[in-house]
Amino acid sequence: MADQLTTGKAPAIAKVVATRRGRLPFLTILGAGIVLAWALVAIFAPFLSPYDPIATDFNAILQPMSRAHPLGTDSLGHDMLAQIIYGTRVDLSMGLIGVAAPFVIGIIIGIIGGYFGGLLDTLLMRLLDIALAFPFIVLVLAIVAILGPGLKNYYIALAIVAWVPYARLVRAETLVLRNLEFVEAARVLGYDSFYIIVRHVLPNAITPAAVFLMTDIVLTILLGSGLSFYGLGAQPPTPEWGRLIAQGQTYISQAWWISVFPGIAIVLMALGFTLLGDGLAKQLKVRQ
Amino acid sequence: MKKINLILQRFWQIIPVLLGISIITFLLAHSIPGDPVRLILGPRAPQDVIDAVRQQYGLDEPVLTQYFIYLRNLVRGDWGQSIAFKTPVLELVLLRFTPTLYLLIGGLVFSIIPTLVLSILGSANPDGWLDQTIRVFYTVGLGLPSYWLALVLVLIFAIRSGWLPATGFGNNIKEHISHMILPWATVSMVMTPILTRNLRATLMEKQDADFVIAGLSKGLPRYYIFWRHILPNSVLPSLHLLGVIVLYILGSSIVIEPIFAIPGLGQLYIRSVIGRDYYVIQAMTLVFSLITVTATLAVDVLTLIIDPRIK
Repeated sequence: MADQLTTGKAPAIAKVVATRRGRLPFLTILGAGIVLAWALVAIFAPFLSPYDPIATDFNAILQPMSRAHPLGTDSLGHDMLAQIIYGTRVDLSMGLIGVAAPFVIGIIIGIIGGYFGGLLDTLLMRLLDIALAFPFIVLVLAIVAILGPGLKNYYIALAIVAWVPYARLVRAETLVLRNLEFVEAARVLGYDSFYIIVRHVLPNAITPAAVFLMTDIVLTILLGSGLSFYGLGAQPPTPEWGRLIAQGQTYISQAWWISVFPGIAIVLMALGFTLLGDGLAKQLKVRQ
Repeated sequence: MKKINLILQRFWQIIPVLLGISIITFLLAHSIPGDPVRLILGPRAPQDVIDAVRQQYGLDEPVLTQYFIYLRNLVRGDWGQSIAFKTPVLELVLLRFTPTLYLLIGGLVFSIIPTLVLSILGSANPDGWLDQTIRVFYTVGLGLPSYWLALVLVLIFAIRSGWLPATGFGNNIKEHISHMILPWATVSMVMTPILTRNLRATLMEKQDADFVIAGLSKGLPRYYIFWRHILPNSVLPSLHLLGVIVLYILGSSIVIEPIFAIPGLGQLYIRSVIGRDYYVIQAMTLVFSLITVTATLAVDVLTLIIDPRIK
C-alpha cells in the first residue's frame, strides 16, 4: 500500500503517509539501533576492549582521559573504557534476565484471574492490592536482605514481586476479551478453557504487557545497578556499571570520570529501550 | 449521602490490605535464616537471657500464635530491637521521620510544578517544537539512575563550585533547606520525566474527546477549549498520580538519602539491609507501606469528594 503510493500514483496522499510513517519509526529505529549497538558491544567485548577490565596497573592509577586510556583509569589502574565495555554484558543481561520470570508469572496470574473470574480473581486482586501497598524497592531490598546479596537473589526477588504490573495489564485485557464473539464461539464449539486461553485469549491479551516489558527492562537495570551501587547486587570484580559508579564515589573530587562515564552508559542503554517501547506502543496502539 | 457511603466503603477496603501487610512483614522476619534471638543478643549471650527473649517474642510458640504475638507487640509499640544500634526499633524509626518528610514534601512540590508546566506547554500545541523538545527531555530523563544523578549534582554544585553543602541535614530550618536543595533537585529530575509522560498522555487522550470536537464545531478557539474543557477534565484521571508520586519518592529516598548522608528513613533502611538488621527491616517495610496506604487512601477520598458526577 505505502509502496504503491510512494511510486507516484497519488503524490499528495503519499506525502502525508510518508511523513506520518517516516517520523514515528525514525525514533523507533534509533531505539532499536541503540539496543542493537549495545548488544554488539556485549557480544564482541573482548575484541572492542583496549585492556583486560580487571587487570590492575599500578603505574596508571586515577589517570584522567588520555590517548592510552580514553575514559581514564580507576584507583586500581583499571581502564574505565574496558570496564564499561565488559559491563555491557552484565547490565544488558541483567535487564533481560530480570524481566523474564515476572513477565511469565504476571501473564499466567492475570489471564487466569481475568478469564475465570469469581473467588479466585477476587483473591488474586486482593494479593495485588497488598503488593501495591509496598514501595517496590522496599520489598525487593527486604527479600535481598533475607536471601543475601548477589544478582541471582535480585532475580529471585523480582520474580516474587515484579509480576504485579503484568498481571494487572493482562487481566484488564482478558476481562474484555472473554466476552468477545470469537472467544464465545470457541466456547460454543466445545474447546476447553486451556485451548481457548492459549490460542485465542493470550495472543490478544499480551500486547500491553509486551510494551511494558521495554519500560520494565529499564526499571530493572536502574534498580539492579542501584543495588550493585550499594554492594547488594553484582559483586567485585564484576565490572557492573552501578558498581563502577560506587567505586568512583570515594574519588569523586579527584577523579570524576570513574563515576560519570558508567552513568552515561546506563542513560544511553535505558534510552534505547525507552525509544523502542514508545515505538512499539505507537505501532500497536497501546496506551502506556 | 451516597458520597459519604462511598468514602466509608473505601475506608473499609483498607482493612484486608492492612492485614496482608502485617502478614507479609511477619513472614519477612520469620524467613530469616538462623536464630533471630542469637542475632540480636550476639553469639556469647547466656542461655537464660536467650530463653527470656525467646519467650518475650513467643518464638517457641506455633507460627500462628507467633503472628498474634507479633500483632500484639506492634500495637503495644514493641517493634523489636535493632542489632546494630542496640535500641528499640520504634524509637529509631521515629527519630528519622523528619528528614524524610522534608524530602517527601519538597520532592512533591518540585516534581509537580515542573510537570504541570511542561505537560501543559507540550500538549497545548502537540508536535510543535516545544512539545518535541520536552519529549526529548523526558525520554532521556526516564533512564537517569537517581544515585548517579545525586553524585553528579554533588560534584557540580557542592565539590566544584562550593555553592551548596554536599552532605548532612543541618541543625535548623534554614540549614535544613540549604541541605535539601540538591536532594530535592535529584528527586525532581527523576520524577518529572515519569510524571510529565503520564500527564501528557492523559491530556493528549482528551484532545480527541467528543466535547473537543463539539467545541471546535461551535467555532471555539483551540486555546479556549484547552483551558476550559481539556484541562479540567484531565484533573481527576491525573489525581491518582499523586499517590504514585508519594510511592516513588519514598522508594527513591532509600537510594538518594545515603549519598547526601541525610539521616532519614531511607538511609536507615539501606543500612539495615546491608547490615541485615532484621527487625529494623521489618519495621521499615511496615512504616513505608503504612505511609503508602495512607497516601493512596487520601487521594482516593479526595477524588471522591471533588468528583462532581457523584452526588
